[in-house]
Amino acid sequence: MTTTVVHTGSAVATQAVAARLAALVGAGDLIVLCGDLGAGKTTFTQGFGEALGVTSPVTSPTFTLANRYEGALIVNHLDVYRLAHIAEVEDLGLPELVDDRSVTLIEWGDAIVGALSGGYLEVRIRLGDGTDDRTLEFRAVGTEWRDREAALSGLADGGPGDAGGAPC
Amino acid sequence: MSDVILGIETSCDETAAAVVERAQLVRSSVVSSQVERHAPFGGVVPEIAGRAHVEQLVPVIAEALVSAGAEGADLDAVAATTGPGLAGSLLIGVSAAKALSLVWDVPFVSVNHLEAHLYASFLEEPDLELPLVVLLVSGGHTMLVFMEDHCRYRLLGSTLDDAAGEAFDKVARFLGLGYPGGPAIDELSVEGDPSAFAYPRSMVQENPATLPDDRRFAFSFSGLKTAVVNHVRNEPDAPTADVAASFQEAVVDTLVTKARWAVEATGAKGLCLGGGVAANSRLRERFLDTCGDLGVRAFLPSRSMCTDNAAMVAAAGWWRLSMFGPSPLDTGVDPNQGLPLVD
Repeated sequence: MTTTVVHTGSAVATQAVAARLAALVGAGDLIVLCGDLGAGKTTFTQGFGEALGVTSPVTSPTFTLANRYEGALIVNHLDVYRLAHIAEVEDLGLPELVDDRSVTLIEWGDAIVGALSGGYLEVRIRLGDGTDDRTLEFRAVGTEWRDREAALSGLADGGPGDAGGAPC
Repeated sequence: MSDVILGIETSCDETAAAVVERAQLVRSSVVSSQVERHAPFGGVVPEIAGRAHVEQLVPVIAEALVSAGAEGADLDAVAATTGPGLAGSLLIGVSAAKALSLVWDVPFVSVNHLEAHLYASFLEEPDLELPLVVLLVSGGHTMLVFMEDHCRYRLLGSTLDDAAGEAFDKVARFLGLGYPGGPAIDELSVEGDPSAFAYPRSMVQENPATLPDDRRFAFSFSGLKTAVVNHVRNEPDAPTADVAASFQEAVVDTLVTKARWAVEATGAKGLCLGGGVAANSRLRERFLDTCGDLGVRAFLPSRSMCTDNAAMVAAAGWWRLSMFGPSPLDTGVDPNQGLPLVD
């Protein structure tokens, strides 16, 4: 499985990459966001949601655990930062959230990938040398993303999703 | 007239019950905190929260009734938080409230947790002068609300990313200060220099008029959190007390500056502070200074009323009941329930 690596130098650039990813997703997709405190997981989700036409502010789900936004697709934004055990993930009702009308993003998802039954796209955000430098790594797990690997690798160079601006 | 109300609160960490008369006289307020159970996990754990609420709720309600010297027959209504909060936890309090309302044949009142925080400030201040600006600051929320009248609110602005309390918790965890993070940073900051490091104050500047309308009363603490993380990574020897104090000062600065702008823009007669972060000593100090400068009344809940409790639920329930009557018994819980706004 190949990993697509994208470097960005600002939060806006990170959000632009997220917007290009949004053009590749479909209903039922699951995206696992990994990265340290302050890496920009919520920032990424804001760019992603905006590209899907979400108009209400996308805020951190750390305390609320699960936020739901209406856009071209329903965007479920989850955060498992405060969950310590796989069993607690069941309380989030993930199977009910991941349906044929929605795309789901999970922050601090590293902790729960063992509990996921299907495939997912891992987005790992690493802090760079400069304050706003980030490295984004996209890695598909499972069969769901197999036919989109070429498109994913396009994220590195502006990609096909960039041609027509942000899709809504 | 429905005057004596049993309030029940189970939206998050605390299992709480209280008996309050006319939204003013607290006859009892019992809070059984789950923080100790959660501490090893670094946060609220829904499954544990739900189970603990089940175990604690009946004894907590019984203690609230006994301390108040009240029996079922003395109560005029039962109020419970229906949201926002953790669905499994909310259900326990709401189900108990509905059952008691049926058994005692008294009205059930659905209460919004954020509105309850707001009424906490008025429990000790019966002669309210409206309109008011309310600064609600907790782990899950940071917002400025214009309160035109009882139960009538307009949202002036809210956080665009992290809530202030969340920033406190995450920075505390990053600095290795434990959970809950707010009190830990508050305590350590006393020993630190708040001007040691100039952390960013997002959307705060000399002249508020130059900010776009949708940013003037909005908050953002994600960049501040990241700035602290970057700074400590680059300068590991920075004294933790100075980092904590400088971080806290940036949060408090932002909160009180925007609250001051809101009072100036609306002509409110008072400024009210609510939510768990209202327990922060630096925020309380700066909040009182700001109200003094503006010449408006300060509504500041006592520390025990800042954190989740059921007296505030009973108080908000009394106002809801007086203005809108009982809630239907098929009212559900709503984990994402927002403050009830006009327009």
